[in-house]
Amino acid sequence: MADISQESGTKSYAATPDDKAAKHAEAIAHFKKRNKFGLYFWIPMVWLLFVLFCAVFAPLFGLPPADEIDWMYIKEGPNEVHWLGTDSLGRDMLSRIIYGGRVSLTVGFAAPFIGVGLGLILGMIAGYYRGWADEIIGIAIDTWLAIPGLVILLLFSVVFGGSLFMVCFSLGLLFIPTAARITRAATLNYAGREFVLAAKALGASDFRILTKEVFPNIIWPLIAFILIDIPIAIVIEGSLSFLGLSVKAPTPSWGGIIAEGREVLSTSPHIAMYPTLVMFLTVLSFNLVGDAIRRRLADVREGAI
Amino acid sequence: MRYLLQRFQRLLIVLAAVTFVTFLLVNVLPGDVAYEIAGMDSSEEEVQQIREDLGLNRPILVRYGEWVGGIFTGDWGRSYLSDEDVWESITDRFPVSFELMILAQILALTMAIPAGIVSAFRPNGRGDRLIGSVAFASVSMPSFMTAILLIYFFALYLGWLPATGYEPISSGLWENLRPMILPALSLALVEWTVLMRTLRVEMISVLQENYIALARAKGMPNYRILLVHALRPSSFSMITLLGLQVARLLGGTIIIEQIFGIPGVGRLLIHAVYTRDFIVIQGCVTFFALAFVTANFIVDIAYAWLDPRVRTGGAHG
Repeated sequence: MADISQESGTKSYAATPDDKAAKHAEAIAHFKKRNKFGLYFWIPMVWLLFVLFCAVFAPLFGLPPADEIDWMYIKEGPNEVHWLGTDSLGRDMLSRIIYGGRVSLTVGFAAPFIGVGLGLILGMIAGYYRGWADEIIGIAIDTWLAIPGLVILLLFSVVFGGSLFMVCFSLGLLFIPTAARITRAATLNYAGREFVLAAKALGASDFRILTKEVFPNIIWPLIAFILIDIPIAIVIEGSLSFLGLSVKAPTPSWGGIIAEGREVLSTSPHIAMYPTLVMFLTVLSFNLVGDAIRRRLADVREGAI
Repeated sequence: MRYLLQRFQRLLIVLAAVTFVTFLLVNVLPGDVAYEIAGMDSSEEEVQQIREDLGLNRPILVRYGEWVGGIFTGDWGRSYLSDEDVWESITDRFPVSFELMILAQILALTMAIPAGIVSAFRPNGRGDRLIGSVAFASVSMPSFMTAILLIYFFALYLGWLPATGYEPISSGLWENLRPMILPALSLALVEWTVLMRTLRVEMISVLQENYIALARAKGMPNYRILLVHALRPSSFSMITLLGLQVARLLGGTIIIEQIFGIPGVGRLLIHAVYTRDFIVIQGCVTFFALAFVTANFIVDIAYAWLDPRVRTGGAHG
């Protein structure tokens, strides 16, 4: 810290034009370097594409079905028949993890889009019309936030049961409050701008103003928000299925496999450890990729202004 | 004062909305509680009789009014299945959940403060980047997975700590704390990163202040500058966050209590969910919302007290 203050002290005295040009070039080079997707982007990206590929083309690999019981191998570690071993019922772990990935990834992608979509609508209404609409939406959001997310999901799982659609939907609802708040703030910001007034003066309908004038301007922070939400959705789905309250039992899901593995953690740790590892890597990768894209988005937008 | 009144008014509206939504959700269910009590092979008359006995045939608003009225007088209803008083079973279990949350926060702080100081001391230095990476990894690790790894390593592999269980405080402090360490650690390992990042950001800006430069110029050793002069003014946001996190932890304890077999409110709720004991679910959700809203309210008060600018409410709109 001490040397930084010294440095800045000398800089202000000795800045010649040459130095300035060099500094400028250095800053641009630094900006470009920061802006490039490095290994921290590409390695997780490769992993994500791999997981996605496995999930999408799972039926083509000739794996045993995820619920097929192999009586010859029960609770076995990795072997040449079952690459990742079998679980306590003798079901193929590799197959279960791959098919479980389908659930996690579906929820991970669908829930944020549902939540951000609904939050976008509510936030635009609140921010554009203000008044009592704003007030009511505000109270609704506060109410929603007053119940811990997992509790809302527990409630929904009781009420609506555990179909994949319902899991995506109720998980999506969790993302509404923040999405609505971000949208509301951004809409407030743009609703008073000249181009919106101009559109109004030209007789554009509210719907047209919101979709054609406001929406394109507020979409960027929401895209960044979706990127953050994907790993969160995967984690929450994992917690829910760990509690056995996500998709119904024979359908494998990562959290569910981990929960099954917990029962036999002392004798066959591989059942819990493999899905844990896969899920950790996937969530970490989503975080890293999201972070890189978000930083790039921020840079691009700063550059544009 | 007006600010607090406003907040309080909002709080009451929110609580009313929470109870109503919860009640509605739980009571419009297909297959209500009467079927659960009557069992699988019961006749329609029996089910009707149970409904009549429980007063479930009356209009939903009447029942809602009755239930909400009961909340104020301490009558939260009785479990349909175990006949336990809901309020009593919640208050019996809450101290356990609360202890877990407090322990988790203490552990999170003991990780966050040193890590935050080291990170802020040389931003983008080797220590900062290392801590940043560790934080990134631990954010990607949901608490139930951390719990599994901790159980595997500390309970099964090393055998130092019990994997599950709970001891009341009456059997000794250490006996009580021992089974709580792993659950609290599982929660703390997720929570510390937010605290650490907040502290780091604020401390970096505090370290740019003139009085820090002066302290440096005097030749004061770094540890003294960091711990004595920089830490306190840097920790305001972190303390606010701490309050907000207690509220968030309420949700986090549910799954941890379930994994470690700790008899807290979260476990009560999960059990009620598995057995479809609706009045207990209702009570637990209301309790969680109440705790959450109260915690937020206290944070608001503390904030208004710390920072007079907030009292006018101008900045928050």
